[in-house]
Amino acid sequence: MKLNGSEIVMECLLEQGVDTVFGYPGGAVLNLYDALYQYQDRIRHVLTAHEQGASHAADGYARSTGKVGVVIATSGPGATNLVTGLATANMDSIPVVAITGNVGCASLGLDSFQEVDITGVTMPITKHNYIVKDVEELADTIREAFVIAKSGRPGPVLIDIPKDVSGAVCEFTKKPAEKVSNYAASFAPEDLNEALTLLQNAKKPYIYTGGGLIASNASQVLRRFVDLMDAPVSSSLMGLGGFDNKDERFIGMLGMHGTVASSHAVTECDCFIGIGTRFSDRVIGDVKSFAPNAKMIQIEIDQAEINKNIRVDCRLVGDARYVLDALCSKLPQQSHPDWMAQIKAWQNEAPAMMEKPSADAVTPKEVLETLAELGGDDLLISTEVGQHQMWTAQFFPFTHPRQLITSGGLGTMGFGLGASIGTQVANPDKRVVNVAGDGSFHMNCNELVTLSKYQIPVIELLMNNNVLGMVRQWQRLFYDKRFSQTTLDRNVDYLALASAYHIDAYRIEKASDIRPVLEEALKTKRPVLIECCIDRDINVLPMIPPGGALDHPITKLAIDD
Amino acid sequence: MEETKHVLSIVCDDHSGVLLRIISLFSRRGYSIESISAGSTESPDIYRITIVTTGTKDAIIQISNQLQKVHEVREVNVLRQSDAVLREHVLICAGTNEETCASLIQVANLFHAKIVSVNQQSLVLELTGEPRKIDAFIQLMKPYGIKRMMRSGLSALERD
Repeated sequence: MKLNGSEIVMECLLEQGVDTVFGYPGGAVLNLYDALYQYQDRIRHVLTAHEQGASHAADGYARSTGKVGVVIATSGPGATNLVTGLATANMDSIPVVAITGNVGCASLGLDSFQEVDITGVTMPITKHNYIVKDVEELADTIREAFVIAKSGRPGPVLIDIPKDVSGAVCEFTKKPAEKVSNYAASFAPEDLNEALTLLQNAKKPYIYTGGGLIASNASQVLRRFVDLMDAPVSSSLMGLGGFDNKDERFIGMLGMHGTVASSHAVTECDCFIGIGTRFSDRVIGDVKSFAPNAKMIQIEIDQAEINKNIRVDCRLVGDARYVLDALCSKLPQQSHPDWMAQIKAWQNEAPAMMEKPSADAVTPKEVLETLAELGGDDLLISTEVGQHQMWTAQFFPFTHPRQLITSGGLGTMGFGLGASIGTQVANPDKRVVNVAGDGSFHMNCNELVTLSKYQIPVIELLMNNNVLGMVRQWQRLFYDKRFSQTTLDRNVDYLALASAYHIDAYRIEKASDIRPVLEEALKTKRPVLIECCIDRDINVLPMIPPGGALDHPITKLAIDD
Repeated sequence: MEETKHVLSIVCDDHSGVLLRIISLFSRRGYSIESISAGSTESPDIYRITIVTTGTKDAIIQISNQLQKVHEVREVNVLRQSDAVLREHVLICAGTNEETCASLIQVANLFHAKIVSVNQQSLVLELTGEPRKIDAFIQLMKPYGIKRMMRSGLSALERD
């Protein structure tokens, strides 16, 4: 059949099973939006307040489902507004396809109105990108983009479509979507045997999981592997939820704000098994003193991550689920009661704590623990970036993969609200809570209007301490308390702000407010904003100073210190 | 670990922007490019790029792994001198006069360099060879006064 470029885009999205896209219209995508109008019964378009919000929404959609998130934006500023969202998805290996319009081919390169070389701009922050100058190549380019986004180590792909191409007509033939399976590996049998030997020789094994575990849907086989190994499990921020945080073998995050038990265990262990991880600097701290006594095993789909930040003794390049299946099929039951007892002792020695400024003060710990108690496994949690993000990672017990939606690698303040929209739209049967700080909130709070317009029932849980808490914490520790530009004190009436958007809002001012307000918010099926008034000097602890040795965490820092 | 010079031969799809993609990768990851040459191959849709870079053995493995993630890249080989033909090309415009002309031509002949343009003030010489030979030729041309010079990047091909 003869279709124009925009109809071809819609047909290709349908081929890929896309039913929801996020975006914002504009001049160069008029053709695309005309087609969206025509296909509105099959493709739902969620209009955000800003293209950045749409890019984070597509990202949240992808993180929470494992499917490809799709975002559409116009040329020029529309396209550049996607940049932060694409970089966020790229750092965390999230499959997103971004479709941008551009000026017509004849106007390219002439500094035309709203023209930007977006393929040039996004080259370093996408897995791949295209500009399609011939409508005949459009369908196959879109198909290929989806394959690239999903295959191997996933990532964002951008397709730039000049306006004349989205309007041009050509013959289109439907094709079934190419099935992408990453369930494979490229290691030699000797590598597997070497890993099995190391695992069986280990007296103090330590399992550490990253985002690759979530991407490969390997949670179930991880459970089996952990039981076979009789070992403690820790996680990066990106790996949280991959293993039940309530399980007794789980010893919390590893790294800058990891648990004391995790830090001690990694320093003592004699066999370190990293699964789906790129060994971020936020995790390893000082390279030399990281797991100094351990044989290092890395299971990772991206060959380029082997020996990049940490030298390993044994590599198993492949999909985490595949590799773990292979290991589990050959690994006899291991037993390390003394080591597990030692781990337990470390855990009891230094449980996760938070200073409380006064008896009735609201602490993020209590808010998050109460939220978990009331909402539990049915909640999906997105976050912004900063102290509240770390508190969420530390105190909310994630029990299943894709339950936490957070910007790990790029650390994008303003990510959470947009991401929560995508997450909630993709998961109508769950309730999404976006944990925010007041700094991050103000970066993209424009998206409250999207919650309101579509009645997306996200709970915006705002930890308001009137400061940029994480930066303040670093200023306290490393800059002699010179709080340069981090004291916000913006005197915002958040309840009035929410009310302007017709969003229900509550304020938690004292500890006794926490439970009733959260109960009330969880009861409604509408968007809600909750402002938690917290002390500005609560720190995220423990903390390993950047580049510091993991076995020397700062565990105590008085609130007024 | 010691940093040494390495020759990378990259075989990739001949798409617009592929060179930019590869150079951008080198730039953002802080890898050095000592020379780069790129051009067509036996197949119209395949492009070959030779890059000379400096790094430790580990760094070269890392560069090679990162390059293989570029969608259009089909093959990356780290060439060893013994397994490959390495050639460079140089154009030199050297100043000359009646006194020096004869000896200049003698040096050129010694290297089998071609004289491709002549006038009363200068000669343009052309030479192709291994980088070491090019180095030596340039050294010997210096006393005559090199007015302008263009040295191509290294191009390389594996032997069978």
